[in-house]
Amino acid sequence: MTADVVRLLQTMMNIRRFEEKAAEMYARGKIHGFLHLYIGQEAVATGAIAAVRDNDYLVTHYREHGHALARGLDPKAVMAELFGKATGVTGGRGGSMHLFDVEKSFMGGYAIVAGHMPLACGLALAEQYRGTDRIAVNFIGDGAVNEGEFHESLNLASVWKLPVLFIVENNLYGMGTDIRRVSAVTEIYKRAEAYAIPAEQVDGMDALAVFEVTARAAQRVRSGGGPHFLEMICYRFRGHSMADPEFYRSKDEVERWRRLDPIVKLRDRLIGEGVITSDDVVHMQAEADRLAEEAARFAEESPAPAVETLHDFVYKERA
Amino acid sequence: MAVITYREALRQALRYQVQNDERVFLMGEDIGAYGGSYAVTKGFLEEFGERRVKDTPIAESVVVGAGIGAAMAGLKPMVELMTINFSLLAIDQIVNNASKLYYMSNGQISVPLVVRMAGGAGSQLGAQHSHSLESWYAHVPGIKVAVPATPYDAKGLLMTAFDDENPVIFIEHTALYASKGEVPEEPYRVPFGEAELYREGRDVTLIGYSGSVHQAFRAAERLAGEGIEAEVLNLRTLRPLDIEGILASVRKTHRAVVVEDDWKFGGFAGEIVAIVQEEAFDDLDAPVLRCSGADVPMPYAGALEQAALPQEDGIIELVKTIV
Repeated sequence: MTADVVRLLQTMMNIRRFEEKAAEMYARGKIHGFLHLYIGQEAVATGAIAAVRDNDYLVTHYREHGHALARGLDPKAVMAELFGKATGVTGGRGGSMHLFDVEKSFMGGYAIVAGHMPLACGLALAEQYRGTDRIAVNFIGDGAVNEGEFHESLNLASVWKLPVLFIVENNLYGMGTDIRRVSAVTEIYKRAEAYAIPAEQVDGMDALAVFEVTARAAQRVRSGGGPHFLEMICYRFRGHSMADPEFYRSKDEVERWRRLDPIVKLRDRLIGEGVITSDDVVHMQAEADRLAEEAARFAEESPAPAVETLHDFVYKERA
Repeated sequence: MAVITYREALRQALRYQVQNDERVFLMGEDIGAYGGSYAVTKGFLEEFGERRVKDTPIAESVVVGAGIGAAMAGLKPMVELMTINFSLLAIDQIVNNASKLYYMSNGQISVPLVVRMAGGAGSQLGAQHSHSLESWYAHVPGIKVAVPATPYDAKGLLMTAFDDENPVIFIEHTALYASKGEVPEEPYRVPFGEAELYREGRDVTLIGYSGSVHQAFRAAERLAGEGIEAEVLNLRTLRPLDIEGILASVRKTHRAVVVEDDWKFGGFAGEIVAIVQEEAFDDLDAPVLRCSGADVPMPYAGALEQAALPQEDGIIELVKTIV
């Protein structure tokens, strides 16, 4: 499997611009509640999701706009969901932290830390039961690794050889708490070894590295090798949510990581290798701007969900 | 009609489901090689194999969560949690995921999952194995809660649970597994949300579910000897709740006592009392009363445990204050 490198860059640029637009809309009072931006971590979702099949299940955490866009969810419907509009991916019922698109095997963003890991195991179990080669890809944050459900899930996945690929996005902070202050073992991939799951640490600021390692790991999981575990070292450039004053980390530290910007890294590499030109980058940026602009306009112009639908979808009736 | 135990009735429903629906598989702690802690699945592993009958680690959260995930993928898993006490370790999965995925996903995902567990007390199992927490689950929209009182209910409600497209918390009573009753051999369904008129009466309605139906019935039989005819309702499911059935009976008798193993404070009987006074205030000749479990953690010693549970004497005493 080889990466479509230009597409990787375009996807990362689209996510970045989408998130900047979302921040702007939040500041303008168009988006409410918690808004967790993916800016800085784009290489992880982009590289990993490009490296698996379109129908492999994705089960993600609540910082999941990037994963949704990388999987190909319509940016207009995602932005409309952030706005709480009827045209959103879940009609305004889910919001930023709960995006779903089952037709794209995007099985949801979840807001209870580690609480979605058992679901990924269950989706994988269903495919094992049916005898298909479809796998589940489960994104978690470093904050999840001290939860009981993390350990229960790794153990079950390993003992039943479930086709699930765990990807930890280790951005060094669980909300505002430095991982070193709360984790006895900070090299997270080593924890998977306790459950006999092969594990690797990856530079999560490098989309190509993410792609290559994920493609290899997914192949192994798909061929019946049982679960695999990847720790992506990355960094979020913005606060935990829009409400975060960032007292817990220094501006210097943020600045150091910003110099490792995954978009700049891939862009410069592709220009250096002659794959694209600076002019191409201008066009690509214009495309990202256009998509974000179009998404915001669509969201703005969409209707709010009808209050009469409040009680829809509590219980499913038999067909 | 054959007379069989509550346990055997459950077995019949589960065997039927595994035999007739390829999407159904069973998983839980010690349901396979051990045969189930209440022997409901005894012999299933040998009969159906490990693909359909899975012994799990003691890890309630991932076991229920994996059941939810498999249901999301279109299968129909049954998870057995041994007891409601252990379900507390999985309550995040039940409340945060199972109950609201259909809603949060705007109808894209449904969770047709059956979670079985034993609840109630009366077997001297001590405070950590003797809970009646069904009101916690019944509190949550998106979940259905079944509470069978008889072998007939056990089989028919479990059959219905597997037909449902939603998560069903199926709470059996720890003291009823060996109880016996008439059960048809062929498959049948007991609909959710339809209470059973367990005993007809005219003077007062005794409302019970699961184990408390039997206390209420015994109290009613004794009251009949004193010329008081109590009607006994067996709720069968707490969600959906047969509100119309309850109101119809209360409109006939004008008096009611709710009987439950649960603690009174914040318990399910309080909900029934509230609904009756909201909907049928003018039909009442007396306040609706509750005969609940004592407000203590369940003690071990037999005499203390019996004192902590609703008994016939207590029900009769309450009835006489309003009739």
